[in-house]
Amino acid sequence: MRKLLFPIIVLTAAIIIVARLFYLQIVDDSFLKKADINALKIVYEYPERGYIYDRTGQLLVANQPSYDIMVIPREMKNTDTLELCNILEITKDDFIKKIEKAKVYSPRLPSVFLAQLTKTEFAAFQEKIRHFKGFYIQKRNLRDYQVDYAANVFGYIRQINEMELERKPYYKSGELIGIRGVEQAYEEDLRGIRGVHYIQKDKFNKEIGPFKEGIYDTIAVKGNDLTITIDGALQKYGEELMIRKRGGIVAIEPKTGEILALITAPSYDPKLLVGRDRSKNYVAIDSIPGKPFLDKVLQGQFAPGSPFKILTGLIGLQEEVIDTETRFPCSHGFHYARGAFMACHDAGSWNLHAAIAKSCNTYFAQTFMRIINKYPTPAQGVDAWYSHLKSFGLDDYMGYDLPSGQKGNIPSSEFYKKWYPNGGWKSTTIISNAIGQGEIVMTPIQLANVMCAVANEGHYFTPHIIKKIENKQIDKSFVQRKQTTIDKQYFRPVIEGLAEVYRTGTASRLQIPDIAICGKTGTVENFAMVDGEKTKLQDHSVFLAFAPKENPKIVVAVFIENGSWGASWAGPIASLMIEKYLKGEITRTDLEKRMLEGDLSANYVLRDISDKQKEEKDRLKRLEKERQLQLKAKQNGKN
Amino acid sequence: MVKTKHLENQSVIANIDWLSIFLYTALVFFGWMNIYSASLPLEETSIFDLSQIYGKQILFIGITLPVIVIILSLDAKTYEKYSLIFYIIGILLLMGLFIFGKTIKGQTNWYQFGGISMQPSEFAKIGTALFLSKYITESQTTFQTLKEQVIAMGIIFLPVAFIMLQPDAGSAMIFMVFFLVLYREGFPAWYLWTGFFAILLFILALVIKPVILLVLILLGCIIHFIYNKSIHRNPFIYAILAVVMSGFVFSVDYVFENVLEPHQKDRINVLIGEDVDMKKEGYNLNQSMIAIGSGGWTGKGYLEGTQTKGGFVPEQHTDYIFTTVGEEWGFVGSLSVVVCFLSLILRVTYLAEKQKNNFNRIYGYCVAAILFMHFFVNISMLIGIFPTIGVPLPFFSYGGSSLIAFTLLLFIFLKLDANKVNEW
Repeated sequence: MRKLLFPIIVLTAAIIIVARLFYLQIVDDSFLKKADINALKIVYEYPERGYIYDRTGQLLVANQPSYDIMVIPREMKNTDTLELCNILEITKDDFIKKIEKAKVYSPRLPSVFLAQLTKTEFAAFQEKIRHFKGFYIQKRNLRDYQVDYAANVFGYIRQINEMELERKPYYKSGELIGIRGVEQAYEEDLRGIRGVHYIQKDKFNKEIGPFKEGIYDTIAVKGNDLTITIDGALQKYGEELMIRKRGGIVAIEPKTGEILALITAPSYDPKLLVGRDRSKNYVAIDSIPGKPFLDKVLQGQFAPGSPFKILTGLIGLQEEVIDTETRFPCSHGFHYARGAFMACHDAGSWNLHAAIAKSCNTYFAQTFMRIINKYPTPAQGVDAWYSHLKSFGLDDYMGYDLPSGQKGNIPSSEFYKKWYPNGGWKSTTIISNAIGQGEIVMTPIQLANVMCAVANEGHYFTPHIIKKIENKQIDKSFVQRKQTTIDKQYFRPVIEGLAEVYRTGTASRLQIPDIAICGKTGTVENFAMVDGEKTKLQDHSVFLAFAPKENPKIVVAVFIENGSWGASWAGPIASLMIEKYLKGEITRTDLEKRMLEGDLSANYVLRDISDKQKEEKDRLKRLEKERQLQLKAKQNGKN
Repeated sequence: MVKTKHLENQSVIANIDWLSIFLYTALVFFGWMNIYSASLPLEETSIFDLSQIYGKQILFIGITLPVIVIILSLDAKTYEKYSLIFYIIGILLLMGLFIFGKTIKGQTNWYQFGGISMQPSEFAKIGTALFLSKYITESQTTFQTLKEQVIAMGIIFLPVAFIMLQPDAGSAMIFMVFFLVLYREGFPAWYLWTGFFAILLFILALVIKPVILLVLILLGCIIHFIYNKSIHRNPFIYAILAVVMSGFVFSVDYVFENVLEPHQKDRINVLIGEDVDMKKEGYNLNQSMIAIGSGGWTGKGYLEGTQTKGGFVPEQHTDYIFTTVGEEWGFVGSLSVVVCFLSLILRVTYLAEKQKNNFNRIYGYCVAAILFMHFFVNISMLIGIFPTIGVPLPFFSYGGSSLIAFTLLLFIFLKLDANKVNEW
């Protein structure tokens, strides 16, 4: 026994040591990370963000250098707070708040202390930076906008927030990310890839050279330049036309699906969202009545009204419930059921051609009833009708390459089964759909897309904003032809009808010399709650057109909020857009002047009051909800 | 065959234990490689650059060669014969510190004359080992009488007393390992048990609330008493034991708060997981564990350790040299070093047991025990299972005193072992 004790102790000790080593080196993997944090300093190098050009090659968005002051809280030492605050013109409270925030993010990792310094501020700080341990300057690139329009198309870049950081592992705190528009849609192409340099530090935090001679270092890869489908001149012109009005314009080249112009009003100068005043300006823009950050072309939803009659006509022809010579008598409307009357502004007995030109409600209501009644049950009828509409990209986000949008709504039989759980609905119940009212909701870009399919006589290309990406192919789906369910032969009569709209119909005063335009006016009723009462506001003005009639080059959809009937504002603006694009200049200067100077502010007074009241109501609701929650929490706490 | 064997017997080369020499060389060489990594300056210089730590270590390694030659060429009986002289020299050197020693950070552990410095406690171990072996051999004692026990303990505690006065708790602690040797030679077992229980109670008293510990002690005594079938069981002894242990438990708190130095308290707190500041008292252990723990299976590669290059581990070339192994060579390298030490210690133990001469056996045991204590205390403190105590890793750590002293310690035994065929 006495001989054995020592060897046993030695072996036991060795086993304990080996087990502990195994635990530290193999089982617990936290030490490697700690060692890296200890000894490695990571320096990022940010490449230039890709430039953005318009379809004509005009430079729209470039870059300017910007300097962020970064801080690593753990490395701060004897900071002369007063001097720092003086140089940077911030208060001591600001200083404390910013440091606290940085500490919350991480005491060891860099946070932005002060973002986007101007060159002079940067120069003043750089001279003294060695006095401020733990602070350093990080160069980044900010946008330098060459134009003052198309803010909604571009989107903007800003510092990534905490929520996004969690979802997107590529990004580090303080980095910039594209929000909305092309900046968001093509973020990965535009941003490029940041370069990383690993630097070995010693325990005094002194840099002692590149880590492993830089074998892990990467160089920054410049972002890819983009060419977008926008025509800068047309976009600018459209925005000018929309001053003092609200709504949206979208112009698409039907042959390709390329978006030529995407205008929303009110808008703002993209330069406002650059630099240190970005968030201040953001709040200011956001509080402008009319929701400048809402893209009304992509996100504005409404019952389209008369332009929808084009689709009803096409489906009628395809389903062979009418032909071009089918006539329906109209006497300022018609009785579609006992005691139910649909009014119409004109009287006579019209065929398709005339019905489109005159936008006859009776004609399309009758057609719609025939479509639905062709099938044994209304459900089957509605679904047949629905699948035709779906082929035009309705009730769908469509897959265009901009990050915001709405799918609108086209009711299917499912929809009505939910609405009328006991059944009993039939074609007459849902007849408002015939003329683009009822349950139908569309966005302006969907309207424009329908017109593209008409202009192409049966097919369209998914609308898109990207024309070319440097070193890369654009998404293949944008060059694939999407076929609608309507046969080519049925489009001609409808196109003739749409041309008649300009020749003799609702838009006859909006002709452009030498250009044959096909179009359709629309007027959309709308309401708002004012002082708790549902109040009818001035109608929205809608216009949908393409030109020239043969070999169409442009489709325009114009939507003017509270712009009364289609031909009053939307029509003229659409025709000016077409003329600008096709001719490059405007001959009808009187019309142009009237449109440019037109002011619809008065029409928005009620809407703004309603919006404010709604906001206030929502706010109170929210507060009440919070209060209830707190109360509940308190009670739970007591229990 | 018999004739030639007799001839070979005369030669140290033929009889020396080459396995031990191989392990010794491997440890010294690998130790130097790690010292090189831990002390590598940014600019490249010659490995013989004497202004650099690794250059000096080469010099020390060079000095060990004539030392080895001298040890091996002296008559094996010299060490037994002059053991008292060696012991006295050791004691004198320790005493001389109080007159000529250099005080660094409150500790007077070193002589420094010109550029040469020397730590006498390293050498005092050898003298103590030799003289203790000599005493046990001469008196042929199996420690049956209190007098013999007291003399043996006196031999050990005399140098310990001087070392404690320097003060150098780490070196003093190493001397406690001689009790394992005494136990091997017949020392009563209860000394070891008492020591073991005292340490156990000390740790428990720091971790558990004293009242709970007290209840546990009482329960333990009662249960042991009930199950003790011996007719000699005496309830009074149990009662006294319980009272003594309780008293000890309550004194731990007092000792901890009033007797231990603040840094010693910190080191214990670090170990038992008390909340400590990783930038201050917890820094050494934390950085040491980061270095070792970040090694993974095969380490970051020689000269590629970030902790080592950045100098995050304090005193890395001396007491913390094993962290370089852990970081740059990983688990595989650490295991190899542990296995080397284990093999060497067990080999020396095995050789000691084979000795026909009692002096040789006891001295061999002392060598194995000292190596083991250094090995265990040093590595354990780096990986957080023992409080931080400054003792070097034998053959591995930078330092002339420790390298030469350990070489002396080991090679005296190897000489004795090589000579065993001549013992009749």
